[in-house]
Amino acid sequence: MDNETLMLEHEQDEHYGLQHHFENQEQQKDASTIGMWTFLLTEIMFFGGLFLAYFIYRQWYPAAFAAASNNTDLWLGAANTTVLICSSLTMAMGVHAAALGKRTMLVLFLVLTLMLGGIFLGVKAYEYHDKWVKHEIPGAHFECRDEKGAPCADEQHTQLFFSLYFGMTGLHASHMIIGFGILLVLIVQSWQGKFTSGWHTPIEMFGLYWHFVDIVWIFLFPLLYLIDRSGRGLH
Amino acid sequence: MIEAKYPVREKKNYLNAEHGLMSWLLTKDHKRIAILYLYAVTFFFVIGGLFAALIRLELATPAGDLLDSNTYNKVFTMHGVIMIFFFLIPSIPAILGNFLIPLMIGAKDLAFPRINLISWYIYMVGGLIGTFVVCTGGVDTGWTFYTPFSSSYSNGYVVLTALAAFINGFSSILTGLNFIVTVHRMRAPGLTWFRLPLFVWAHYATSAVMILGTPVIAVTLFLLMLERGLHIGFFDPAYGGDPVLFQHLFWFYSHPAVYIMILPSMGVISEVISTFSSKKPFGYTFIAFSSVAIAVFGFLVWGHHLFVSSQSAYAGMVFSVLSYIVAIPSAVKIFNWLATMYKGNIRLETPMLYAIGFMGLFTIGGLTGLFLAAMGMDVHLTDTYFVVAHFHYVMVGGAVTGYLAGLHFWWPKMTGRMYPQGWSKVSAIMVFTGFNLTFFPQFLLGYMGMPRRYHVYPPEFAVLNVLSSAGASLLGIGFLIPGIYFIWSLKYGKLAGANPWGATGLEWQTASPPPTENFAITPVVTHEAYDYSTVVHEEEVVHVG
Amino acid sequence: MSGQGKTAAHGKHENHASHIVPVPVYLAVFATLIVLTWVTAYVSTVDLGPLNIYVALSIAVFKASLVVLFFMHVKYGTRLTKMIVGAGLFWLVLLLFLVMIDIWTRSWMGVPGR
Repeated sequence: MDNETLMLEHEQDEHYGLQHHFENQEQQKDASTIGMWTFLLTEIMFFGGLFLAYFIYRQWYPAAFAAASNNTDLWLGAANTTVLICSSLTMAMGVHAAALGKRTMLVLFLVLTLMLGGIFLGVKAYEYHDKWVKHEIPGAHFECRDEKGAPCADEQHTQLFFSLYFGMTGLHASHMIIGFGILLVLIVQSWQGKFTSGWHTPIEMFGLYWHFVDIVWIFLFPLLYLIDRSGRGLH
Repeated sequence: MIEAKYPVREKKNYLNAEHGLMSWLLTKDHKRIAILYLYAVTFFFVIGGLFAALIRLELATPAGDLLDSNTYNKVFTMHGVIMIFFFLIPSIPAILGNFLIPLMIGAKDLAFPRINLISWYIYMVGGLIGTFVVCTGGVDTGWTFYTPFSSSYSNGYVVLTALAAFINGFSSILTGLNFIVTVHRMRAPGLTWFRLPLFVWAHYATSAVMILGTPVIAVTLFLLMLERGLHIGFFDPAYGGDPVLFQHLFWFYSHPAVYIMILPSMGVISEVISTFSSKKPFGYTFIAFSSVAIAVFGFLVWGHHLFVSSQSAYAGMVFSVLSYIVAIPSAVKIFNWLATMYKGNIRLETPMLYAIGFMGLFTIGGLTGLFLAAMGMDVHLTDTYFVVAHFHYVMVGGAVTGYLAGLHFWWPKMTGRMYPQGWSKVSAIMVFTGFNLTFFPQFLLGYMGMPRRYHVYPPEFAVLNVLSSAGASLLGIGFLIPGIYFIWSLKYGKLAGANPWGATGLEWQTASPPPTENFAITPVVTHEAYDYSTVVHEEEVVHVG
Repeated sequence: MSGQGKTAAHGKHENHASHIVPVPVYLAVFATLIVLTWVTAYVSTVDLGPLNIYVALSIAVFKASLVVLFFMHVKYGTRLTKMIVGAGLFWLVLLLFLVMIDIWTRSWMGVPGR
């Protein structure tokens, strides 16, 4: 039986995908949605600790943070943010396609999401490499130099900025990589006709996760890339 | 009682439904997962207890003659890490909560059975790493991992221990997540929120704390591991960091964590006191809301661990006031339990003995917490044995006593067997006596100025320390005896009926042990909670055929 | 028998499982997000003094709200979902705010001897 036929058969079955301890699909879907949101809540608090550290140290060392932030590529960051927002759109469209039972469109949108996510990670890899070359990775090889090549004024706190930069974007990137893996599995399963308009909960739940990862970046971009870009100079 | 003349074919229940190790290791049945947790958690309790024994052995004499100071540092650290992360936090929720919540709400299982099993495996991985650390030399930073000692100077296995706790945190998170969704969406028809057993309310509140707090310790330990492993600075002044930030992040979780430990215990006590007074809990709504209040307010007080850390005095004042406020809902519970017992039909069964002990011990522990919440007093009492006594009163006198009460209360339900009640009452009294003998002298020691985490002390503290160590021996025996008779009961204990205690609650309306699917037909709830007029009190029933 | 244990009131809610957001809504949200991203980037190069961070964060909060409400369907979700999102934001603010109380007030009271 080919994938298309299998999917049509599952479309007719209202118990398709229903686990034994649930009474009906609505209860199951509701439970999954609450479960996923509760998990995202934990993620909010997880990243929250990092945001707290960021806020405190930015408040205490504004000059060092501004100088370090200016070392990131503003327009590349903005472009990358755009890429991620596009992937959010394609993910939302994927969920939309699943809800309408459109297998091919679902696969298409998931693949697009994957590609856009890949582009994002590729750009991040480029940025990380660039920082490695410029000795901006905290640790034994860290060197802080200003434009003229002289040692910069506040190496310790500049390094602190970069620790936060790598900590926060690294954690974000690892969430994306995990998402990547799950997305691959979902693409294969979608192709195989596993999801119907009556049951496509994994797609929806993954969508929530993906959007959340996007939201984290929506905050990371201004906080890490946009400190004192007007060149005013902070003290 | 029917004497069976022919071999009794055991009724099918969750224990004998499937056989073989894999049927346990791959189970999705919440009851089997609870038993898996029981084994694992008990193992860590024993390890943590052995470390406690070493501490009390060393402290029986003023000189540091048993352990050198570095080893002693490791011993009390491992005692704390194991007891908190591997015993207290999972204990009641992962064992009793997992087993009972679906039964209490008339569901077939938790919302996410596979996630439940995964949470156990995550716990085991964290536990394995912790065990490895114990065997290979341990860590000496104190369970609180304060920086920069932990991040830069300690010679112990800081990263591995932090990793073990980090991984365990996810087990906690997944358990809490499961409970929240289950209580919201899996209740039987007619089971409204205010018909729920108070045990469920307590676990719901606990789960909220697990969900909101644990991620913060996770990220804190993550940063600590980064700092120690890669020498990048978040918390070390040498790298431009702030050690007080570590303390803020650490205690943001670790204070609510104590409410993760006590709230489930309070839930047990509500059930036990009500059952053995044959009376509906006085002020049910107040008790239910007090659980939620404790969970919420518990998040607002962590700064009382930072009074002497160079935290701003103004912030300290805010935290001090909030710490007084958080005591109120706990006090509400104590008053309501007492009022429940008043004019009740009191039966002093073993769970009730533990529950009564709980009320006294938790009151002392809670009130001494208020001593510490006053900034002026805390300056003198912090880092002394007063603090040690305070938290052992609430954690052992409170949480562990409640855990034992719960184990004794629901053991017949979980195993279908009754334990020998003479021995159980004797060991309850031993635990109570031994506990007080161990820890009450420590209040006096702390007040007189004996610092904590020291393996030597001036000779004038010797008498109280010897008393404390003697008490610890008694306490240890008190813990050991249940271990023996519980195992004994599995084979030789009297068979228990569905409702040996005459309790209310859906879990008592199904067989002991319950069948895998919990209920043959989904129950429909038509009466209020704790309706003792409807209870069927069976002493024991032998099922034939 | 629905067997879900919910109170009778829930039956009045629409079936959330079947709510499908129209594509034009998604596209409008998407366009707004893109525009606001580039606005944020450009505004950061303009000197607004201390206001820069507030502007950037306000835009970020607005963008995040759009994602939560529309892409994540919270606008069409159950009351419980909205409560969970609210609780998450509240607790995050709690973490940040209460710690900052310490940070902000540390300098108010001098250290004896300094």
